[in-house]
Amino acid sequence: MLKEKSIKKVLILGSGALKIGEAGEFDYSGSQCIKALKQEKVNTILINPNIATIQTSEHLADKVYFLPVTPEFVEKVIAKEKPDSILLSFGGQTALNCGVELHETGVFKKHKVKVLGTPVQTIINTEDRDLFVKELNKIQVKTPKSLAVRDLAKAKEAAEKIGFPVMLRAAFALGGKGSGVAHNMAELTDLAKKAFSSLPQILVEEYLGGWKEIEYEVVRDADDNCITVCNMENFDPMGIHTGESIVVAPSQTLTNSDYHKLREISIRVIRHLGIIGECNIQYAFDPDSEDYRVIEVNARLSRSSALASKATGYPLAYVAAKLSLGYTLTEISNSITKVTQACFEPALDYIVVKIPRWDLQKFKRVSTKIGSEMKSVGEVMSIARNFPEALQKAVRMLDIGKNGITGNGYNFTDLETSLKQPTDKRLFAVANAFEKGMSVDKVHDLTKIDKWFLYKIKNIVELQHRIKKSGLVPDIIREAKQLGFADKQIAEILKIKETEVRDFRKNNNIMPFVKQIDTLAAEYPAKTNYLYLTYNATEHDIDFKSRNAVIVLGSGSYRIGSSVEFDWCSVNAVMQAKRSGHDTIIINYNPETVSTDYDEADKLYFDELTFERVMDIYELETPKGVIVSVGGQIPNNLALKMHDSGVNVLGTHPKSIDSAENRHKFSELCDSLEIDQPEWKELSNIDDVKEFANNAGYPVLIRPSYVLSGAAMGVVYDEKTLESFLEKASLVSKEYPVVISKFLLNAKEIEIDAVANKGEILVSAISEHIENAGVHSGDANMVLPPQKTYIETIRQIKIISKKLCKALDITGPFNIQFLGHENKLKVIECNLRASRSFPFVSKVMKLNFIELATKAILGEKVKKVEKSSLELDYVGVKSPQFSFTRLRGAFPQLGVEMGSTGEVACLGDDVSEALLKSIISTGFRMPEKAILLSISGDKNRYRLLESVKLLSDMGFVLYATAFTKKFYEGYGIKMNLLYKIHENKEPNVLDYLQNRKVDMVIHIEQPGRTYEHDDPYIIKRTAIDFSITLIQNAQLAKMLVNALYLKPELKIKSWDEY
Amino acid sequence: MSSMYDSYKKAKLVLEDGTVFSGYSFGYDHSAAGEVVFNTGMTGYPETLTDPSYRGQILVLTYPLVGNYGVPEPDYTKHAVMKNFESPDIQVSGVIISDYSAEYSHWTAKKSLGDWLKEFKTPGIFGIDTRALTKKLREKGVMLGKMMIDMEVQFDDPNKRNLVSEVSIRQLAKYGQGDYKIVLVDCGVKNNIINCLLERNTTVMRVPWNYDFTDEDYHGILISNGPGDPKMCKATIENVRKVLKKKIPVLGICLGNQIVVLAAGGNTYKLKYGHRSQNQPCIDTITGRCYITSQNHGYAVDKKSLPGEWKEWFVNANDQTNEGIMHRSRPIKTVQFHPEATPGPVDTRFIFDDFMETVKKNARL
Repeated sequence: MLKEKSIKKVLILGSGALKIGEAGEFDYSGSQCIKALKQEKVNTILINPNIATIQTSEHLADKVYFLPVTPEFVEKVIAKEKPDSILLSFGGQTALNCGVELHETGVFKKHKVKVLGTPVQTIINTEDRDLFVKELNKIQVKTPKSLAVRDLAKAKEAAEKIGFPVMLRAAFALGGKGSGVAHNMAELTDLAKKAFSSLPQILVEEYLGGWKEIEYEVVRDADDNCITVCNMENFDPMGIHTGESIVVAPSQTLTNSDYHKLREISIRVIRHLGIIGECNIQYAFDPDSEDYRVIEVNARLSRSSALASKATGYPLAYVAAKLSLGYTLTEISNSITKVTQACFEPALDYIVVKIPRWDLQKFKRVSTKIGSEMKSVGEVMSIARNFPEALQKAVRMLDIGKNGITGNGYNFTDLETSLKQPTDKRLFAVANAFEKGMSVDKVHDLTKIDKWFLYKIKNIVELQHRIKKSGLVPDIIREAKQLGFADKQIAEILKIKETEVRDFRKNNNIMPFVKQIDTLAAEYPAKTNYLYLTYNATEHDIDFKSRNAVIVLGSGSYRIGSSVEFDWCSVNAVMQAKRSGHDTIIINYNPETVSTDYDEADKLYFDELTFERVMDIYELETPKGVIVSVGGQIPNNLALKMHDSGVNVLGTHPKSIDSAENRHKFSELCDSLEIDQPEWKELSNIDDVKEFANNAGYPVLIRPSYVLSGAAMGVVYDEKTLESFLEKASLVSKEYPVVISKFLLNAKEIEIDAVANKGEILVSAISEHIENAGVHSGDANMVLPPQKTYIETIRQIKIISKKLCKALDITGPFNIQFLGHENKLKVIECNLRASRSFPFVSKVMKLNFIELATKAILGEKVKKVEKSSLELDYVGVKSPQFSFTRLRGAFPQLGVEMGSTGEVACLGDDVSEALLKSIISTGFRMPEKAILLSISGDKNRYRLLESVKLLSDMGFVLYATAFTKKFYEGYGIKMNLLYKIHENKEPNVLDYLQNRKVDMVIHIEQPGRTYEHDDPYIIKRTAIDFSITLIQNAQLAKMLVNALYLKPELKIKSWDEY
Repeated sequence: MSSMYDSYKKAKLVLEDGTVFSGYSFGYDHSAAGEVVFNTGMTGYPETLTDPSYRGQILVLTYPLVGNYGVPEPDYTKHAVMKNFESPDIQVSGVIISDYSAEYSHWTAKKSLGDWLKEFKTPGIFGIDTRALTKKLREKGVMLGKMMIDMEVQFDDPNKRNLVSEVSIRQLAKYGQGDYKIVLVDCGVKNNIINCLLERNTTVMRVPWNYDFTDEDYHGILISNGPGDPKMCKATIENVRKVLKKKIPVLGICLGNQIVVLAAGGNTYKLKYGHRSQNQPCIDTITGRCYITSQNHGYAVDKKSLPGEWKEWFVNANDQTNEGIMHRSRPIKTVQFHPEATPGPVDTRFIFDDFMETVKKNARL
């Protein structure tokens, strides 16, 4: 029964696209929230343009709006839907900021909408630094001392007041200029002088570097019951953003006194602030006393709360949602034990380790140093019964080609710097330091990482030495497995095959055991199957009597190229398998997902997606089979190896998967089917590469071997750049050949997403890219149904797809990407698995492709669907979300390597409406008055002539540099001159950007052109840094300008209204 | 090549049902017997192992990583009561864990857990699947067990002994110079109970469990926690029965709760596997508020046996067992949990404030 009877219709704000700092964790929290509300029969309305999420599925919210989470759109939805209440704390910072703005502009009051949970004023008190400090001072809770000063004398005064060492920071974040640590007055004077030479104001702050960083997740209800569900300790001490830190739960180096001191403060703070629901509090904690500082309070569900939720089995988001409806903690039962209740603090009997996943090699000019800003794009969480086992598991989960923390062939030449200045590789530097014989004390001095963690890493390194000396000896191998060594890792140490280690292990009965997460450390029996494997055990917690079970392999950590869309696919596959009468088992380890909620599958193995671990689980569970086609590339890559080891891979045969994945085999297949592909070759020396390029003609696309991590693909336009590209990192060799192919300019890119059964297509969707080929498909805007593709092309696509489908005997999902060039189609890729766009096409067509695919995979009777994407009377547009603003200094460019971190999609009555909604959802702001055109090459300028005319007709003031100006003025368009940055004359482009005298930049480069100066970088980077909309693709620019000109009404229509 | 386990002696835990768990000895290399119980707290092993209520018991810590922050030197308050240990001795008969950290790290640490155990001649075994062991205890109930390290030992049921007499103070002791005089009946009192009283303007007269304090001059009585079956404390029960008739404020904690109930004519019974943890939710029956409490008890009050002039004050939100009682008219209150915490959450410290309020009010009358 609903507690607050006045709550009948609740609006929930989602978090939009995945971006750095705001990822899939909010799909988890939003989905749990909707589930909780539905249980209470509350009508739910969700606004979230992230179409790939579970929360925007048909089975959750009563109404879904794929619209931007901005005050304008939210207000319109409120006006239309008239909800009585709203929830702001389940959609990250996006939802919170939007909510605060709506509160401040009186929208909630006007429409009589009640904010549930934590009051808005409390949110404001936690967000505003000054108010926050003031509130905490009232209850004598310490925050870091910080003083803003405007001259040297005041800086000295401040430093004395605070006490050395102090940290100097720019009051406005301008590239960290003038920041640093001063240990004495001389250093302070020096630093402050430098800072004041370019800054009006600096902050003198207490220096907390090297302090432990500790977090608590706190829950409070309206009756003032207050608990801490979990605490977490950062492996990396203060100075590194918690999103960039390796984190363990529970804390490992805190005594009872430390732990409960911080716990008591947490509760005191949260009560004082008046939070209702869930929040996170972060501390700096002195490693040499019990002194502390409260760093911040997040009055909403956060990444940390998602982690805490998975780490403990306590469904924080679900409970927070119930509390916001007026329930008390004592009225909610513990959903794991069913007999105990939610008003308790979980007792763990394991340790979890979280490691962030970075993809910095995907970006140019970005520093690999990590610090106070978040750069990671995802994270993994491992569970084990000791730290080394958990740590090494987590390293493997990162899926960066490492089998553990040792034996990776790392050789940090400047070890001390690598330890002292943290980068994304520091963990490996620590292991390398021990490999090289550095002492724990020394590593601690350089890193300030608590020695307890360091001892454990040293133990792993020492054991590696012993394995090397002893070879396959049962006691040593058992110990190795207990410290988390993988079979493959041991095999590489001993230079033998992975299967040899596996066989040896089995012969010696060295096997992992399955343990359950139960929130109460075995005090009460768990009714759910939230599981992990460990070698530090002697007994299984569960039996393996599953009935006709199906294992679904999940997608691992979010990363560039694989994110929430595969979680949607995995969850949908599980749901369908359940409906089809199977017991379901999911394996995944990403704490930011819905698939790792223990109520999705019958059994959740929160564990590795490595061959070894999947085989362990398979052999224990003896299921009917494994679904590998819904979790992206990781499971796909395992298919053949598992098949060879006797696993029943369901759906398309692993040999077919291999035929599509293996470039040579796939080429042969295409040849035999008379399907055209861009010409390519695998070559192992530079002369052959050159010859190919000369014959095929430049530009060419070069893909270095994927084994060389960090080696990116590249398009080269002439022999000189080809040489420098390959020589730079000695990217080509006999051992590591490159794949070279002709790169087609001005080709259209079209994709088909389809589901097949025994070689027959059941349903398909054809989408076109707005951008021409050359922009990675993940970075392109995608339109469904296609607007500019010829019927004949579509017919050809269907024919080719049918041929391939039949030849590969596909059962399940697949995706083919085409290049349309001069009326001919070439196949560039064929994936026999669900693609990134499956949720998009499923939701736009209102036809769940994964449901159908799963039925086919499970051998159910399936019928061909007679619904064509071409007949839709509305249009869906999917747009990429970039996180360049978060990656200081990164080159914001589009290319063959994917750079976007997420995506959104919106629907509209026509493509203009859908496109505008969609790009507004990614942060695009409608230009109001002035636009800078920076277009190189007359070809490009001509291509955009119509668009520029339209902009001029709309009354925009247009700025351009000399040549562009001249070009367009030749067509009678009025332009204003700006000098190029390197020309150093006024009026200058840079000044116009930095002072935001333009509100949009259209920057189109000539492919392959190189510059003597750095203007393209500076223009794009400055636009990003000053939040000016940047359009850098001609096709997108045309489409967008057209949409701006047509000014379609951006209708407030829910998904079901289309 | 040697395994890291080679430096530890092999050891076994044998349960009375015949189950054997194999591990390695990391404490005092000597066999021991006792009642095997588990605690699910995730931190606070120095406090836990020195808690006199564990007398006679082999303690299984369900949190697998133990020893991380070493063991500190004793630290004392101005009243010369230890701050960081609950008694001067390790009280458990032995300790069973999964993963032992011989290398520790904390600014207060002076020695490893293993060295500390050796110093107090207490055995410890690591390398045990403590979750499997805990599940067994949960399903079959607490059992006798023996830690086999160097020699054969016999099973030994500590509950047949008067454990309280082993841990109680031998002679009267006096602490502090506060305005209010509290008689503390020591059935195995934790140091922090003394500290919590001394922080509240009291003079504490700590008396042995069987001391007849009824004729002493005092403002209030606190009956402490302690080990074993409350029914063994016949002398304490007798003495308490006498004061229950007076209008003297009484606070009972843990065993003290059970003793008051027995003195009032109620009954106690043994729980299947007890409450030993830092996360037990207890609901105040008067306010409806729920508190997270630290607990350590194997026996409980039979709430149905409470005489009419008594009512239940706290109830366990997980299993509905009794967590404290109060007299309907007289200033007598008891709690089954540990408001002094250490280890555990400090949320119920107000119990001492509440007691002292009563003491002060009563003293004025």
